[in-house]
Amino acid sequence: MRAWVLGDNVDTDAIAPGRYMKFGIGEIVPHCLESVLPDFARTVKPGDVVVAGRNFGAGSSREQAPAALKHLGVAALVAESFAGLFYRNALNLGLPAVVCTDARRVRDGDMLRVSFEDGEIANLTTGETLQCEPIPAHLMQMVRDGGLLAHLEKRLGRAR
Amino acid sequence: MKQTLAQKLVARAAGRSAVTPGEIVTCRVDLAMIHDSSGPRRVKPMLERLGAKVWDPSKVVLITDHYVPAYDEESRRIIRITRDWVREAGIDNFYDEQGICHVVLPERGHLRPGMFAVGADSHSPTGGAFAAYMFGVGATEMLGVLVTGEIWLKVPHTIAMEFDGAFAPAVSAKDAMLFLIGRFGLDGGQYQAVEYRGAAIRKLPMQERMTLCNMAAELGAQTGLIASDALTEEFLRLKNLEAWDSDPDASLLAHHRFDAGAIAPQVAAPHSPANSRAVTDFAEVRPQLAYIGACTGAKLEDLRMAARVLKGRKSAIRLLVAPASLRDQQTAEKEGTLQILLDAGALVLPNSCGICAGYGEHLLPEDMLAISSTARNFKGRMGAASSQVYLASPYTVAASAVAGRICDPREMLQ
Repeated sequence: MRAWVLGDNVDTDAIAPGRYMKFGIGEIVPHCLESVLPDFARTVKPGDVVVAGRNFGAGSSREQAPAALKHLGVAALVAESFAGLFYRNALNLGLPAVVCTDARRVRDGDMLRVSFEDGEIANLTTGETLQCEPIPAHLMQMVRDGGLLAHLEKRLGRAR
Repeated sequence: MKQTLAQKLVARAAGRSAVTPGEIVTCRVDLAMIHDSSGPRRVKPMLERLGAKVWDPSKVVLITDHYVPAYDEESRRIIRITRDWVREAGIDNFYDEQGICHVVLPERGHLRPGMFAVGADSHSPTGGAFAAYMFGVGATEMLGVLVTGEIWLKVPHTIAMEFDGAFAPAVSAKDAMLFLIGRFGLDGGQYQAVEYRGAAIRKLPMQERMTLCNMAAELGAQTGLIASDALTEEFLRLKNLEAWDSDPDASLLAHHRFDAGAIAPQVAAPHSPANSRAVTDFAEVRPQLAYIGACTGAKLEDLRMAARVLKGRKSAIRLLVAPASLRDQQTAEKEGTLQILLDAGALVLPNSCGICAGYGEHLLPEDMLAISSTARNFKGRMGAASSQVYLASPYTVAASAVAGRICDPREMLQ
């Protein structure tokens, strides 16, 4: 999992620009993060990890922001902190988002292994292990189910 | 136990007598607001996949504001889906092309002190001006609310922002917010509740209070709150409402106090609302476009501020005004405010989110330098990535339009 390292306060307009919001996710994805990392959408590989500084996902409630990252195959988001609304949206889509106060120690291009259950990030490039905050238990089940929609499907299915 | 306003509102919705910051609770939702972008086009397919119906259509308010008036094939399709779903789902509270959701919702009497509400839009904290707990969620989370009528919440701590005295002439709620965001940053609110209080807040009209709570979003709070008072009742045309306020000794995460009268008009440089400084630092900047728009910057009170500056003056640059609601525009027309803007050379745009959110036909072209009364100036948000947006109050936007450079409105209001 290659790490793509971003700075502080990366906003939802950078992740999913408003002028493409009228289209489906397929048309939004090529513009994901283009104002910050112009080659990101073309070169990111499934399984890669986005590592950001403070307040990742600031701004809009638009779910297309985490949806675009998920669509590109991003396996996890790691940040010093997340904007609260974005954090809820990411988990609701089944995209794991973990808070790691040491996120800044990761360099762009490092290879990482993130384990949400243990709250640990192994940096395979540097040999370092970083501690992160585990995803709260009541949300982890939803993430495991694949997000809120799949989780509700399971819950409503059981109720019937 | 002493409780903050936020704790009291959450406790009521969770069916509890008291709650503690940090604990996770499930709340019953009194009102769910959706719009054409985050609403039917996103939730209808998910409802169908689940074979589920809206838990209580009477508690849903749907407002079209992002893709109206429809201007191309995609926006026409989105609006068609929206209108069809209103009929299918039996939504009576539907406001079509009446203005921006955060302004229309209280204008049409849907908010009450004590309510617990969610909106599928990040500026939903605006509702907190009415002592209601209101916050923004994404479309999938809104689907969860529409199906179950419930949502989980980590009970927030409260950060009190107390403003003593009174704001100076030509200084508005927008200046107060840019000041706070400049000082505490885009994550200063820590996704907790920010409560505005103090003598200066009590003197602000409801729409100015709405601006404070609206921009709790840019401060990174989950919601912004203001205790209810006589002005709340007057705006909602209701009498003898139960008072909602924090207990005097309730425990706070932080308590910041400011002398309101010492705050100067603020301007936020591209590309973040956190780049805020006093207007006088920007005197060399020459915008080509002035924009008065959005839920945060083109309500009736905002139009009045612009008119106070523009009366008898002409804009030296292109001036666009998109009144935040049709009703506010009609009132502005009746009282003469709109005519002042027109006489100054303003072009009036539809009552929708428009340029602020990157929608519509007037997006900023390459290299355009604009001054705007909106909430966010992130790179590329309002048009081309090379455009540059300075955020300011309606007073400052209007004064800058007249001067052709960023201008302190106090110079023009003497």
